[in-house]
Amino acid sequence: MELYGVKIGSRLLLGTAQYPSPAILADAVRASGAEILTVSLRRESGRLREGQDFWGLIAGLNVKVLPNTAGCHSVKEAVTTAQMAREVFGTNWLKLEVIGEADTLQPDVFGLVEAARILTEDGFEVFPYTTEDLVVAERLIDAGCKVLMPWGAPIGTGMGLNNVYGLRSLRAHFPDVPLVVDAGIGKPSHAAAALELGYDAVLLNTAVAKAGDPVAMAGAFKLAVEAGRSAYLADPIEPRDMAAPSTPVFGRASLA
Amino acid sequence: MAAQTRVTVLGAGVAGLTTAVELAERGANVTVLERGSRVGEHACSWSAGGMLAPWCERESAEEAVIEGGGVALNWWPSHVDGVVRQGTLVVAPARDNAELARFARRTSRFEALDGEGVAALEPDLAGRFRSGLFFPDEAHLDPRAALAGLESRLAALGGHIRFGVEAEADSAEGDAVVDCRGFAARAEFPDLRGVRGEMLVVRTREIAFQRPVRLLHPRIPFYVVPRADGLFMLGATMIESAERRGPVVRSVVDLLNAAYALHPAFGEAEIVETRADVRPAFPDNLPRVDTRGRVTYVNGLYRHGFLLSPACARAAADAVLGPKEMSHEADRERRRA
Repeated sequence: MELYGVKIGSRLLLGTAQYPSPAILADAVRASGAEILTVSLRRESGRLREGQDFWGLIAGLNVKVLPNTAGCHSVKEAVTTAQMAREVFGTNWLKLEVIGEADTLQPDVFGLVEAARILTEDGFEVFPYTTEDLVVAERLIDAGCKVLMPWGAPIGTGMGLNNVYGLRSLRAHFPDVPLVVDAGIGKPSHAAAALELGYDAVLLNTAVAKAGDPVAMAGAFKLAVEAGRSAYLADPIEPRDMAAPSTPVFGRASLA
Repeated sequence: MAAQTRVTVLGAGVAGLTTAVELAERGANVTVLERGSRVGEHACSWSAGGMLAPWCERESAEEAVIEGGGVALNWWPSHVDGVVRQGTLVVAPARDNAELARFARRTSRFEALDGEGVAALEPDLAGRFRSGLFFPDEAHLDPRAALAGLESRLAALGGHIRFGVEAEADSAEGDAVVDCRGFAARAEFPDLRGVRGEMLVVRTREIAFQRPVRLLHPRIPFYVVPRADGLFMLGATMIESAERRGPVVRSVVDLLNAAYALHPAFGEAEIVETRADVRPAFPDNLPRVDTRGRVTYVNGLYRHGFLLSPACARAAADAVLGPKEMSHEADRERRRA
């Protein structure tokens, strides 16, 4: 998988919030095999320099950091946070979140497109957290995004892939754009399902961080993502309405 | 009789005072050095909730909190007044009932309650919650009263506190030094980090709780601890930051919204205090008691200052004076001699 020209081995991207402790976060990351961690500037530190201890710990995990703008509700807020993040983490990568609605944390897709355009022009490589809306996806590509990250379900709900049809058509519509299901994944089977649909990767946080045993769950997601990808490449059968016997009926004993 | 061991304790927060009292009780000659002008001025334990709630904390903490919490539940009532053992009540808004189920799966030593059970424990919450969890063995105290209690206990044992003294462990006097400076001792521990917490104290006479109440919410881990005179402590945020400025608006709004969701009467409560401080924490969020030469370090108490300091104080006293049982034997031998 290639994201903005960088070859990435693992198709599992993890968040860094809500873990019982940084030690468990580190163990979970190692168990997951994830090579990209997303880190929030707003949520995990009030102001820049004071969060260095935690970020230093993440840097020590030898992963690529994908800073995010979680918690930003306006274009201006997101752009400012992105610029701060670039300074702190020294990367042009950015997971762009512009939240439009407080209860569902649904992206404000209008603000998202605008912020994506501003940030791309400013040299950022934007990973937009979006819905599965095709037209919005088109606009994000127009704005310069080379990766799309549609939600599976609202952040933290663990409901899995809420609109499989929408995700499937997005995949079909953008065969060459790396697509990452971001948010809503609750169980490894959800992650496997996303990969089986042909999605390039999944990004998740709560499902691992808030699991009873985050390290074991990280390992389970690693296997699920690998299984889903292998299944996609193996060309799964199409579902059908009528039963099709897997054992030949020809030559059965006739009792009539 | 052998000469008293002279021990200097750095820091008069909860770690320093529990350690000083434990040492003095075992016969040491204890001096506490505190950079502030009074107990609590620079201590993050001044902002603590004061919950002795090991079984609830186990939801997100390692098993060690249970053992250390057991020590605390015995230690505090035998050292200070005002420890209330009325348990902890955990509730969740109806739409977050899944959070309650999750909390129950991760914890033990609780009774599951229905709405009537919640109301029987806390009549002011009647009709507000359809289910809850009750952890009957837990307790709470007023951290500020408890620190003051330890201060006088130490004085009664012949120990004393020198205020306005900034000291480093290496240069401090005494046969042994126990460094309990928390985040201020950061230079001694490369992996010590700060976890910022914000809290409020409000006053209302319209509600009375017998025990701490935790309101589960997927975004804010919120609790209310009742104190004397109609005061309630509302806490607390957990932010990966060592920043010391006052509470930010977003955090205060979140805490107040949660209080209002727990009971609308909090909407009319008077805001008495807002405060923010930085908890010292190691990567596993568990404390350490480390001895290097003459100096023993107690640090990393994180959000478990009152819960885990008695166990740390014992370990520190063991490190300085030898294990307790041994010293009893030594006493008996001395008396026989």
